[in-house]
Amino acid sequence: MAQPLVKKDDDRDEEADYSPFLGIEKGAVLQEARVFNDPQLDPRRCSQVITKLLYLLNQGESFTKVEATEVFFSVTKLFQSKDIGLRRMVYVMIKELSPSADEVIIVTSSLMKDMTSKTDMYRANAIRVLCRITDGTLLTQIERYLKQAIVDKNPVVASAALVSGIHLLQTNPEIVKRWSNEVQEAVQSRAALVQFHALALLHQIRQKDRLAVNKLVSSLTRGSARSPLAQCLLIRYTSQVIRESANNTQTGDRPFYDFLEGCLRHKAEMVIFEAARAITELNGVTSRELTPAITVLQLFLSSSKPVLRFAAVRTLNKVAMTHPTAVTNCNIDMESLISDQNRSIATLAITTLLKTGNESSVDRLMKQITNFMSDIADEFKIVVVEAIRSLCLKFPLKHRSLMNFLSNILREEGGFEYKKAIVDSIVILIRDIPEAKETGLLHLCEFIEDCEFTYLSTQILHFLGIEGPKTSDPSKYIRYIYNRVHLENATVRAGAVSTLAKFGAMVDGLKPRIFVLLRRCLFDTDDEVRDRATLYLNTLGGDGAVVETGADVKEFLFGSLDIPLVNLENSLKNYEASEKPFDINSVPKEVKTQPLTEKKAPGKKPTGLGAPPPGPPTTVDAYEKLLSSIPQFAKFGKLFKSSAPVELTEAETEYAVSVVKHIFDGHVVFQYNCTNTVPEQLLENVTVIVDASEAEEFAEVASKPLRSLPYDSPGQTFVAFEKPDGVPAVGKFSNMLRFIVKEVDPSTGEAEEDGVEDEYQLEDLEVVAADYILKVGVSNFRNAWESMGADFERVDEYGLGPRDSLAEAVNAVIDLLGMQPCEGTEAVPPNSRSHTCLLSGVYIGNVKVLVRLQFGLDGPKEVAMKLAVRSEDEIVSDAIHEIVASG
Amino acid sequence: MSMDLDDCLALPGFFSVNGSKSTEDCNDVNEDSCPCIKNILLLDSEGNRVAVKYYSDEWPTNSAKEAFEKALFSKTQKTNARTEAEIAMFENHIIVYKFVQDLHFFVTGAEGENELILVIVLQGFFDAVGLLLRGNVDKKEALENLDLILLCLDEIVDGGVILETDANAIAGKVASHSVDAAAPLSEQTISQALATAREHLARSLLK
Repeated sequence: MAQPLVKKDDDRDEEADYSPFLGIEKGAVLQEARVFNDPQLDPRRCSQVITKLLYLLNQGESFTKVEATEVFFSVTKLFQSKDIGLRRMVYVMIKELSPSADEVIIVTSSLMKDMTSKTDMYRANAIRVLCRITDGTLLTQIERYLKQAIVDKNPVVASAALVSGIHLLQTNPEIVKRWSNEVQEAVQSRAALVQFHALALLHQIRQKDRLAVNKLVSSLTRGSARSPLAQCLLIRYTSQVIRESANNTQTGDRPFYDFLEGCLRHKAEMVIFEAARAITELNGVTSRELTPAITVLQLFLSSSKPVLRFAAVRTLNKVAMTHPTAVTNCNIDMESLISDQNRSIATLAITTLLKTGNESSVDRLMKQITNFMSDIADEFKIVVVEAIRSLCLKFPLKHRSLMNFLSNILREEGGFEYKKAIVDSIVILIRDIPEAKETGLLHLCEFIEDCEFTYLSTQILHFLGIEGPKTSDPSKYIRYIYNRVHLENATVRAGAVSTLAKFGAMVDGLKPRIFVLLRRCLFDTDDEVRDRATLYLNTLGGDGAVVETGADVKEFLFGSLDIPLVNLENSLKNYEASEKPFDINSVPKEVKTQPLTEKKAPGKKPTGLGAPPPGPPTTVDAYEKLLSSIPQFAKFGKLFKSSAPVELTEAETEYAVSVVKHIFDGHVVFQYNCTNTVPEQLLENVTVIVDASEAEEFAEVASKPLRSLPYDSPGQTFVAFEKPDGVPAVGKFSNMLRFIVKEVDPSTGEAEEDGVEDEYQLEDLEVVAADYILKVGVSNFRNAWESMGADFERVDEYGLGPRDSLAEAVNAVIDLLGMQPCEGTEAVPPNSRSHTCLLSGVYIGNVKVLVRLQFGLDGPKEVAMKLAVRSEDEIVSDAIHEIVASG
Repeated sequence: MSMDLDDCLALPGFFSVNGSKSTEDCNDVNEDSCPCIKNILLLDSEGNRVAVKYYSDEWPTNSAKEAFEKALFSKTQKTNARTEAEIAMFENHIIVYKFVQDLHFFVTGAEGENELILVIVLQGFFDAVGLLLRGNVDKKEALENLDLILLCLDEIVDGGVILETDANAIAGKVASHSVDAAAPLSEQTISQALATAREHLARSLLK
């Protein structure tokens, strides 16, 4: 329907629902657009039609290619009109249509005319439109005008050209970079925004040139009177320069800090905040540097503007993670924010308080949070729950009130993620704070009485089965567990049956009652429940006699599966039904480790609820499969570890070779991955000749040549060595690739009959001590360390000599030992003088090893290290020291 | 809400990582160098579009845009953003917003952006619309003067880069369009701008 924008007779609809675009329809508007072609243009009507078209586009309507082209062509006719209002709409319309390259040509001349017009508004807008739609070929033609525009005395024109420059820099950097002089001039402009845009463009042009940026910053920080936006940019660039130069100013004054601090007294809040934030984010900021920034942020906390309060509390929240004491001064202001209307602000305030609070303030804080929890969304609640968990770990004496709080919120309404966060927190607290165990377990029992999430119920039941029997009065949990067998779905019932069985196995006094309960489960409607009940009755000897549970039964019930489930799954998939039973010991144990991933240590308590995060698909399985398929290697036994591939050739050589070291108990297999990058060659009978004269303990026993290596399709050849059983023999191997090369006719792809024997020198390869250690993490190092005991502890001190930094020394030792850093201790905070790093691993022969490294800076660069090793075998403890001593 | 970690990731990077597009943000604007606006939204009291402008390709399709608007609207509609601009973290964006009558104004920026920069953009847009609609800021008036609103958006941000934040200057540039072509923009006073805005309005009403 082609109605004018306003219908006068439409009084009834004038109320709420009235819209001038009521009933608007694309086809009709496209029809209306024909007025653009009228010889006598009516600017007002044309403007209205463009508005309607823009309205349609804005509402998400799309034009077909044909429609868009048609509209574009008719819009170009409107350049004939001298009406400024219409011209503005035409500019906007062209930008919205984003015409294709061949269409752009149609408007180029009109826009270029406008670009040189006397009217500033034409110039500014034509520049923006042209730069937006041009594809670069045109740019050289208009470059002259753009350079002029940058220094135009009209700020709107200059800004238009500068902002267009910022966009064009991404597509045509070499052209925009030629405008440096003009942009430099514009930086000095008095017009606030021109300076802002010029500074942004100049920085982008020069950002790769560190010196130039440094110069730019140092010249501008001396100046004054800039717009707040430009000042914010300058602060950003300054902190980049500070960050870049951070390394060489360990002690002395930080360059430009005075400038940042001066900005804290700027009159615009935007600048004050930008500077305060920049200071808090400085690398290794000292508390003296922090103080002025914290002071201004504290003032913002009591501002009447929510945005200011939010900005301040968000920044302080971040500071609280690294410098909790610096933020404590703001605690009073922060507490008043708990009742803030804006829940984001309240949540940030609470979590900050939880990070900075001391033991005495916990109770008061918890009272305030309880009121607050009822009216925030789940996503905020999860943040609070996590903060409370870490608070509880920090102040274990407060576990009673914190655990109570968690159980209270567990009873309230909430989604799965929220409930899971609470349950996980309770589990972690039970695990780490022994006094909290019994109350925590009861809270969990009460929760599963009325839990709508199967996942959580089964996880809690599993956890109860492990922890419950060890408590002072295990019988009180039975009721909760058996209730599940009555009231829940099959999955939960099956879980409950397993849990009952664990109680039966561990607590002899309960056995008769457990057997009664399990026998009832034999009549369950679900087969899995029945099967489990039968299985457990039989393993526990449910024929009436109460006998002590055998060790293997306990192992069966409680022994954690110390192999990653992914690996087991893969091994099972690869297993082909045959006479030979599936051997669970053949499943590889190593998971490609990811930092920060909690992993289950064999024989240790589970780390919170839920299965350990599934490891990423590993190549270990693939290696295992590959090696066991080769008859020569099949008898080597179980693969202990495969290294990451090590390149033996430079990049872009004729043949690319990398090697993977496979470690077995008494053997080492080198897998050479070869790629032929020469299209005119076919390699045959490819082998690697290994000289092991510098590896005395190794003796070559087998090799498997690669029959044919065509262009660009990788293949492998293997060489196997024998070495003393279970000994971490090390050595250096030199390698020579030997093969028969045949010319290939590139046009037909056929190889010639005769080949020539040739050799190709590869780089040397080393087997190092780290190859004999598996990276296996533990989630709670302290527990693991203590339960390992000091029987085979070996402690010694080492001087590591001069090092660039503590972090470098830490990494060097981690690499040397090839062990898994635990609890994020591989990260060294900047500027620290000492550091403790915790490592864990499994030594060849399946011996668990834990290492505690204490590093200290001794003198300016000298690093000293104290190495404490605990393992299940003193030979292994000594071996670790050996590695470090000889590394 | 893992804002802490993400925040750290969103910090301005190092010089070395610049050059190419640093993130998907704002298509071609380098966030480290320049504050960047991801979108400006003007919605009605039911969350429907009055006028929107996206500068970032994080929302590639219209349905992605609408989903964002809907979620944002329902998250903020109950808040009181009528006297002071309010702020929220939402899907790893910082959003500042302000309501008047049945109109909801939003400005979205990256998570690491200076909140106070976003708010001056919002305030510039909000006040400029107020000037252009002569204080009668509601949905009906906004739709009847949609051309002014669209031009207003065009004058505030260009491809994610802040172009102008002063409401008087924005309204002046938008309203100038039927004044004498020769009059330079900078010399135009705000009363002139208002007069032309008024004239424009009267014209469209009397049509």
